Amino acid sequence: MIEKALKGSTGYWLWMLFLLSIMGVGGLCYVQQFNYGLGITGMSRDVTWGVYISQFTFLVGVAAGGLMLVLPYYLHNYKAFGRIVILGEFMAIAAIAMCLMFIIADLGQPMRAMNVLLHPTPHSMLFWDMIVLNGYLFLNILCGWVVLQSEYKGIKYPKWIKPFIYLSIPWAISIHTVTAFLYCGLPGRHFWLTAILAPRFLASAFAAGPALLMVIAMILKRTTKFDVGREAQDKLVTIIGYAALLNFFFLGCEFFVAYYSQIPGHMHTLDYLFWGLGHGDQVYNNLVPFMRASVVMGLAGIALIFVSRAKQSDGLLVISCLLIFFAFWIDKGLGLVLGGFVPSMLDQVTEYYPSAQEIGITAAIWATGFFILSILYKVAISVKLENEA
Amino acid sequence: MDSKRRDFLKIAGLSAIAGIAVPSAFNSLLKGEAVASEHGEAAAANAAAGAHGAAAPTGKRWGMVIDVKKFAANPGLAEKCVSTCHAIHNVPDFGNKKDEIKWIWVDSFEHVFPDDSSQYKKPEALESMPFLTLCNHCDNPPCVRACPTQATFKTKDGVIAMDYHRCIGCRFCMAACPYGARSFNWREPRGKNADGQPFIKEINPKFPTRMRGVVEKCNFCVERLTIGQIPACVEVAAESKALVFGDLNDPASEVSQVLKTTFTIQRKPSAGTHPSLFYII
Repeated sequence: MIEKALKGSTGYWLWMLFLLSIMGVGGLCYVQQFNYGLGITGMSRDVTWGVYISQFTFLVGVAAGGLMLVLPYYLHNYKAFGRIVILGEFMAIAAIAMCLMFIIADLGQPMRAMNVLLHPTPHSMLFWDMIVLNGYLFLNILCGWVVLQSEYKGIKYPKWIKPFIYLSIPWAISIHTVTAFLYCGLPGRHFWLTAILAPRFLASAFAAGPALLMVIAMILKRTTKFDVGREAQDKLVTIIGYAALLNFFFLGCEFFVAYYSQIPGHMHTLDYLFWGLGHGDQVYNNLVPFMRASVVMGLAGIALIFVSRAKQSDGLLVISCLLIFFAFWIDKGLGLVLGGFVPSMLDQVTEYYPSAQEIGITAAIWATGFFILSILYKVAISVKLENEA
Repeated sequence: MDSKRRDFLKIAGLSAIAGIAVPSAFNSLLKGEAVASEHGEAAAANAAAGAHGAAAPTGKRWGMVIDVKKFAANPGLAEKCVSTCHAIHNVPDFGNKKDEIKWIWVDSFEHVFPDDSSQYKKPEALESMPFLTLCNHCDNPPCVRACPTQATFKTKDGVIAMDYHRCIGCRFCMAACPYGARSFNWREPRGKNADGQPFIKEINPKFPTRMRGVVEKCNFCVERLTIGQIPACVEVAAESKALVFGDLNDPASEVSQVLKTTFTIQRKPSAGTHPSLFYII
């Protein structure tokens, strides 16, 4: 089945070559980081996690987003998702692969990564995160591949795979819950110390993951004969729209608690992210434009996505999905992690700016993710189209 | 009927065992202590019973009282504590804030006690007082809970120690510490700067240097405690008694006596970490 990835149009090969070139440049950046140390990044004693961990956090959501396709199709027998569900499972594989790469990129001693297995530590949330992420990767590879292979052979998937598919449903919830627990269980970091963090993570995941999927599905519709179908498209609009709304509701709850209670620790990071934090005689606000743009883009995206369905406009659908995807990328892929470090535990403010090498490595990991995704989608779509022909 | 009754008894028995064992196991998981250890069991049993107070102390727990007034009266003393510690522990000096590594440092009241600094009116003298700042060696340490490899752990004497050879450099402990006590080796600490000056001016061969990519922090001079010496900073401040060090669990110790007779404050007590450091202001 994998041989399908080795036959493609010029466009396919150019795309893969483009990804490979980014991976090459980022690879060289990583060699530099490996030899010099993480000091090559913009991280510091005060802001100890940067874009690597924030991308990781966001991508866990993209992976968990696959649930929004698997659950209706397998649990509720929603047939319209028959063509798109494999895209969700394969997207989860690529997203988790990126997560794992971002964690490795962030380790000071990557050669010791296996210490997490050698010295299992159940009281550390990172230990559980390793278990749920690798478990979810395994489940998606297994379920996606077995189901597709059966389709390739023209038979129904074997019965034994069903329990694994059912297991993958709560497992998707667990990956983003445990990832939220990394943050919300830390005393002293008020911005993260909120019980609503895991629900908020899930809400944004169920919007951002399917939104990205929708954009890719629309690209496939243009470039190949693969069409996920109008009904699936419309149903996804409902899912993305409501999940995105839920995320903004949760965000609103955070704002209420902070600004109505007037507890300084609860307000500081929100001040820093959305208004600028006055500290001493300086105002720190390097993330304010991003965070405000995130809110505007997110709300505009929600409005537009429902309009796109009413007008049955694919163009508008793509625009609204991109708006929602990037809104949540800023919210979680930048603000959430970086904001947690401002102000520091000693009430000082250090602003973080990623270095060129750091951006190079980040881009390369994204490119690697899309490289994996392209191979998997190429296989899946070739099989689907062949079967239908 | 008989078999049903047997089944019922079995289930009842099992759930009773689970009811007793699970909460205590869960508590010891949270605390990052081995269930087998005597201390762990006592603490777990106490917590499982829903006790509000702390568990009855068992064994040693090293602690320290920092008399900021005495440091203010002895200018330069706090700085000497810092330089002595950093010299004997091979703490590198990179000369910039981004890469900075520090085990103990002098800071201001508003940084060390950020929650208390919003007070409307404060004594003017407070602003210039030197607050010696170091790891709190918490009795309930969030960093130990967060570490995925047990590279940072609590010794039986209550010291939060580190295994630099096991640390993977994930910096979860740095996010978890509510006191900003931890530093990361962003670059090679054994290296030299552009002018050829080594980051560690003079290497103390009695203490290991660290490598790039691991976290480090004050270890309460655990290497000195094991051979019966007091921490280096305490030794520096011995004459003025600005630092009092000892066993918090021994009511006769000097530190316990000071705590019994003097009002002290701890950093961020609301975080529930139970620091072993106390400040006299």
